[in-house]
Parts: sequence; structure tokens; C-alpha cells
Amino acid sequence: MPADADDLVIATPAGLYCPAGDFHVDPWQPVARAVITHGHGDHARPGMGCYYTSAAGLPILQWRLGAQDYRAFDYGEPFALGRTRVSLHPAGHVLGSAQVRIECGGTVWVVSGDYKRQPDPTCAPFAPQSCDVFVTEATFALPVYRWPETAAVARDIVAWREECAARGEAAVLFCYALGKAQRLLAELRAHTDQPALLHGAIAAGVEVYRAAGVELLPTGTVAEQAPRGGGYAGALVLAPPSAAGSPWMRRFRRVQTAFASGWMQVRGNRRRRHVERGFVVSDHADWPALLQSIEQSRARRIIVTHGAGDALVRLLGERGLAAGTFDTRFGSED
Amino acid sequence: MRRFVALYRRLDRSTATSDKRAALVDYFRTAPPADAAWALWLLAGGKIGGAGARIAGSGELLAWIGEVANLPAWLVEECRAHVGDLAETLSLLLDDPAAHDDTPLHVWIEDRLLAVAGQDAAARRELVTGAWAVLDSEQRLVFNKLLTGSLRVGVSQRLVQQALAELGGIDIALIAQRMLGAWQPGPGFLAQLLSPQQTAADRAQPYPFFLASPLEAPAGTLGDIGDWLLEWKWDGIRLQLIRRGAEIALWSRGEERLDGRFPEIEAAARQLPHGCVIDGELLAWPAEAAQPLPFTALQTRIQRRKPGPKVLAQAPARVLAYDLLECEGEDWRARPLHQRRDALQQILAACADPRLQLSPAVAAADWSQAAALRDSARERGVEGLMLKRRSSPYQAGRRRGAWWKWKLDPLSVDAVLLYAQSGSGRRSTLYTDYTFGLWRDDALVPVAKAYSGLSDAEILELDRWIRAHTTERYGPVRAVQPLQVFELGFEVVNRSSRHKSGIAVRFPRVLRWRRDKTAAEADRLETLQALAR
Repeated sequence: MPADADDLVIATPAGLYCPAGDFHVDPWQPVARAVITHGHGDHARPGMGCYYTSAAGLPILQWRLGAQDYRAFDYGEPFALGRTRVSLHPAGHVLGSAQVRIECGGTVWVVSGDYKRQPDPTCAPFAPQSCDVFVTEATFALPVYRWPETAAVARDIVAWREECAARGEAAVLFCYALGKAQRLLAELRAHTDQPALLHGAIAAGVEVYRAAGVELLPTGTVAEQAPRGGGYAGALVLAPPSAAGSPWMRRFRRVQTAFASGWMQVRGNRRRRHVERGFVVSDHADWPALLQSIEQSRARRIIVTHGAGDALVRLLGERGLAAGTFDTRFGSED
Repeated sequence: MRRFVALYRRLDRSTATSDKRAALVDYFRTAPPADAAWALWLLAGGKIGGAGARIAGSGELLAWIGEVANLPAWLVEECRAHVGDLAETLSLLLDDPAAHDDTPLHVWIEDRLLAVAGQDAAARRELVTGAWAVLDSEQRLVFNKLLTGSLRVGVSQRLVQQALAELGGIDIALIAQRMLGAWQPGPGFLAQLLSPQQTAADRAQPYPFFLASPLEAPAGTLGDIGDWLLEWKWDGIRLQLIRRGAEIALWSRGEERLDGRFPEIEAAARQLPHGCVIDGELLAWPAEAAQPLPFTALQTRIQRRKPGPKVLAQAPARVLAYDLLECEGEDWRARPLHQRRDALQQILAACADPRLQLSPAVAAADWSQAAALRDSARERGVEGLMLKRRSSPYQAGRRRGAWWKWKLDPLSVDAVLLYAQSGSGRRSTLYTDYTFGLWRDDALVPVAKAYSGLSDAEILELDRWIRAHTTERYGPVRAVQPLQVFELGFEVVNRSSRHKSGIAVRFPRVLRWRRDKTAAEADRLETLQALAR
């Protein structure tokens, strides 16, 4: 989409840039001022002069990026950058995730970052913002992606663990270490009180959430529990996807593996990952939620940043909206 | 249908064969026979409806789902390309109903699906979309698979047969034999299948084929060459020729009866003694020729139920006999190969018809001489050598150890990637079906489609490359910049008027990614044409 001279956000080699405010949103190259939507590695990178973040997201950035020049703001609390008035609003993606609302001379742009519309006990729910231009993610922008109720999936996970227990197997559930793991632990609380064991790479993030006051299922770490007798039989273990096929897995002599992700909606993805089970739990908007959010934004122009955007852009175009894409380096992990 | 859907789910989730077998045994032990018979039909790869009794074509299903889900046709097609499986795509595009459907499987199939088969589109659409409205997503997936073809749930024929043999306490060979050919799914068939007694129907059946495995170890590891029978590996159609009573039947390895398609072979078989079953290879081979015609000549005959004199003269058929499975009405499969072959030789000698010949033994003093003979295979019009242990019984299915196929190393060319399409199953959502081209003058001409041969990591890398270098999209197909070179292997190259390139390659596959080569260094079409026969 050709940029207008007065566009509030444009795509540049360093990342999405707001010329009127002279700041970037989730840049991938070092810049002076970076407004960060959330703490995932493809959105929050080291090397920025100054980080603007939601207060709720600050502990995550401190954990991931260490000591930096942070400016933290409550949701909805406006601050001035250049000629613009900026505020952060809940995106419902992970703890502290934010949409960036940018206002300048009566025009409002919202950059969604990653977001979802399903309830999530670990973070504030997505708050729709009216705007002129809505810059949206499109990780799961095809109608085949429609998420099941999370509670039903949590019950399936518990049933699966019980099945594994009956067979003398450990139940290793792969999930991303920031956000997904904590959401699973929070959702599982309603259905079980058996503690889950954590891979080391997940334990740190779980502590950040606990310190922020998010209630999670009790946990232990895998290293702590020596495998006596039954070893890890019947244990639910959360591990990052990178642990799949690694030597770390050898400690579970009898094991079933599963992956918790929106990608598991399609069977081919599950089989490609060589896991026994796929649980559809996503921290991104599904197709109906994308359309709903676009509609609620009341924007007349939609810009899609990453994911399967082509179909969405074409559909919005057919529905009479101005729709285009920004080329970004955000990933499609979930 | 719930019980069958639960079986499907259990099969789909388990990776261990023993778990799958246990799931099958549990199902067949508890399912009502009327349902179990259809489950068996579906697990064995059977379809519902079919030619002349159409329930829904893929075009219709795509159109209907678009109407029901209120999505434009291009978006439905985009989803199908992304998911890689039509039945799954259809099941993902709808929300679940509030109510549960408990209609049994056989009622869904017999009273509903088959009841509308072949009727006008409105009736078929009403049934299908009505089913979508009452079934939950797992049920819809299985229901849609009934419409679109095979279940593909990682269950082999043999696994189903093992489960039934375990359940009925009978020999798996008998189960396998009874399941060959055409049968009607119903409680009667299931009862006969699991009957411990020999039944009259057993007598009309072919035997399951014994299939050789590819030889991967050096031939020298097989021990004394004197223990082995060496034969040419013919490139034709494997078949069983049955002469029982007045009946003559030709069965292909695909378990199809070839009756009427090869009248000259049936005529020759009338001279065989009664109670005789021969395993052999069907080839197109003119009487005066030293070699069989290429496989493409035989292909012209497979589809013709009543070949005319011109076709019969252009591609006359001949059977090269490998083995004798039944002699004087007695099952000889447990006897050693050398005994079976001696008897076969005598029967064919007495019959003395040039259309029924013994597949000759290839003489080699040692394995290095055998290897040299194998190297001559291409000029002889064969695929390589077969190695069969002289003491071996005739087993069922692909069992390793006694029979090996020792094929020629493939021919190869370096070709340029032109188009990509997403795969199916484990490789859906990835671009894994590739079309390759060679140079003719200064243009690239497509010559082969190939699917396999790259590692998972290479597939992922190439998928990313394809997405970033797409020049045009035609539905699910992407044209890419002609930059990447791959070494392709194939068994045979034939001249073909049906292909734009003028040639047809058999069994093409990717041998390796030639990152060291530029597109300009890829082979020319003439190189491949020179290998054609």
C-alpha cells in the first residue's frame, strides 16, 4: 500500500516508525525510542535507547532484556512523543501486552501488536479502540482457524495426563515459555490440583508471573524431582518446543508428547511436529476475532503486519475497506 | 457414528503400531456387526458411492461449504491449499452444533449417503449440508472423509488383518485371502471373514501377493549365491492367473480382476491343468521381439475392457511366470520355491504356449558377476534383478528376508525448480510437491513432478524460499523464480506424445539439492531425450 505523506506509521528498514512522534514500534534494529507492545523476542529486542512499555509488561522486559532505560505507563495513561499523544491499551496476548494508540492532529492510528479475544486469566482483556487506521496482526488469518473453548481444552489436557499416568508415561507438553506456559498453568487450576513440572527455560517466566500476582497451578522443576520408582510416570511436564528431540528428553524413559498452539488446529502441523497430541490453545486472534476486532475498530483503513495476511487483505478489499500490508519481521510462533 | 469416530481419533493419535492394533481389536470386539462391516470396508480403503453413484465431487463440496459458511470461493480454495486436505478443510470451516448426533455408522452410509448417491445435486447437497449441521467437528472430519475418499489414518491392510486374526483366532493368511477382490460390506461378509472353517467362497479367491523388499545391504551379505534364484525384474503388471474348474481369472496386484482385458492370456490359460494358480508378470511383448515393449505400451491396454484387433496387434500381451501357488487344487505356498518352480516349469512345458513362459533364471557364478548382469538391465529393458531364496515359502505381503529386488541405480539429471504446490498429510501447509524443468533452447520445459527425497530441514528451508520467491500464483500452485537446481533420479524415460516435453519419466524423485549449481548449469532436455526408449 503506498504511504501517504501524513501517515502516522510507516514501514522502514528498522521497523514500524511514527514520523510525527519520532519513535518506532517493536523495531528490529537499534533506535532511539522504542514503544514495545509485549515481551516476545521478535517484538522486544535489545539495543534500544529508551523503551516505552506498559507497567504490567515492565517485569517481563526486565527479565528478558535486563537493565535498560524503561518508561512504564498504566493502560490508558497518555504520554507525549513528538507531536503525538500515545497511550497503551490491553491486547489480551500475554501479561502486559499492549495496543499502541497514536493520536496526532485529530487522526488516530492503533498498532495492535499481537492480540487475542479469548478470556485469559493471566492478562487484561483486549480493549477495542476506535481509530482511523488499524494496524493488525494476521498470524491466523484464515477461516479454518476458530478456537475451541479454552476450558474444554484444559479438561482434555488433564484427561490426557491421566491416560499417560495409566500407561506409566510422562506427559510432556511443549509450549512457548512466555505467555502460553503461564496461561496453561492458570487454566489448569480449575481442573486439577496436581502440580506440573517445569523445564528450566519455563520456570523463570513462571516466577515473573507469580511475582506479578497471577495465580498459577503449583509447580516443581524437572531437575528437582529425582526419578525414583515410577520416575516421571503420570507427571505433566511443561517444556519449550526447543526441548523436543533434545538430550533433555532422555530422562523420560516412557513419554508422550504434545504441543499447545493454535497451529495444532491443522492436523498436518501436528504430524509434522511428531507429537502424539496437539492442543489448540492460542494467544493470537482467530479468524472470527480478527474480523470482529477490525469491525470494532471502525477504521476505514486496515494494515496487516504479519502472518497469512494476503487472504485477509483481499477479503477486506472486497468488503470495501482500504487494506494493505506492512512487511515486518515479526514471527508466527504461538 | 460416534464409536467409529472414536476409533478414528484413537488411530490418528497413536504412533505405535501395537496401540493401533489394540484400538482395532477393541473396536471390532464391541461394535455392532452392521457398523463393523462398514468400518472394515473403510479401513481397507473402500469408498462410499463411486462411479455412477456419485455423492459429492470435490468441486461441489467446495461450493457447498462456501455457501454454508458464507465465504467466497477463492477463500475456500485458499483454505484448502493451506490445510492440504479437503475433508479436514470442510470440517474446520463450520462451528459445532449444540445437539449430539448418535446415528449409527451403517445408517449414515446405507440409509442416507447411498440413498442419495447418483441423485440430482439438490438432494445430495441437502443431505451433505444437513449432516454438517448436526455433526460435531470430529464427526464432520470422518463424515467428510467418507465423501472424499480414503481415511488415511496410518492403518495398513495388514494391521487390520492382524487385529481380525487376533480377534477371531484364525490365521492371518486366511483373513488376507478372504479380503482380496470385491466384497459387499455387511454382517454376512464379516461373519464369513471370521469363520474358522474353509468356506466355498474361499475357493474363488486369489492368494495375497508376496512382495519383495528393496535390497539395501551389499548383495555379498546374502551368502552363497547358490542358495538364491536370480531373475530379471520385469517392468510390467504383477498378476495372478487362476485356473480353477471352468473358471479363469486374472487378478492384478491392485486386487482388481482384469477379466476381458487380456483375451490372449485367458485363451492361453485354458490349456493349463485345472486347480492351478500362477504368479507372474504381464508384459506387452510382440512375438518376434527380443525385449518387452516399455510400460507405456501396456498402459494402453489396462483401461480397455474389450481391446480391438488393432490394440491387440500393437501391444500383444505375454505372461512371464514366476511361481506356482496352487497345484492340482492344493495350496503349495508353504513348499520351498525350488519345488514350486520345478512343477511350474513342467506345467508350462506341457502347455507350450508362447504367451505363457517361465521367467528365466539368470545364471551368475558369484555376486560380482550378478552385479555386472544387473548393470546391463537397462539395455535389456528390465529394472534390475530379483533375488529369491530357493528354500523360501510364498509369504503374504511385503516381508523382508527371503525376496529382494535389486534395482538399477536411477538415471539422473540436474533440473530447475519451476512450480511448487503444498503437500498433503504430514506435509500439508508446506510447499512440498515440486515441478522441475530442463532447458530447451533458452526456455525451461517442465519434465517431472517429484515429492520426496529432501530432509525435513531442507523441506522447511525450501518452503521458506518458495514463499519469498513466488512470481505468480495459480490457485494452490506457485510459480517461483527459476534459480534452484536439484538432482532428480528416475527409473526409466519413455517417449510420450502426451507430455509437452515429449518424454515421460517413471518414478522421479529428488536425490539432492544442488546448491553448487546455477540454473544455467542445469541439464538440457536433449540429455533426457537421449536416455528415452
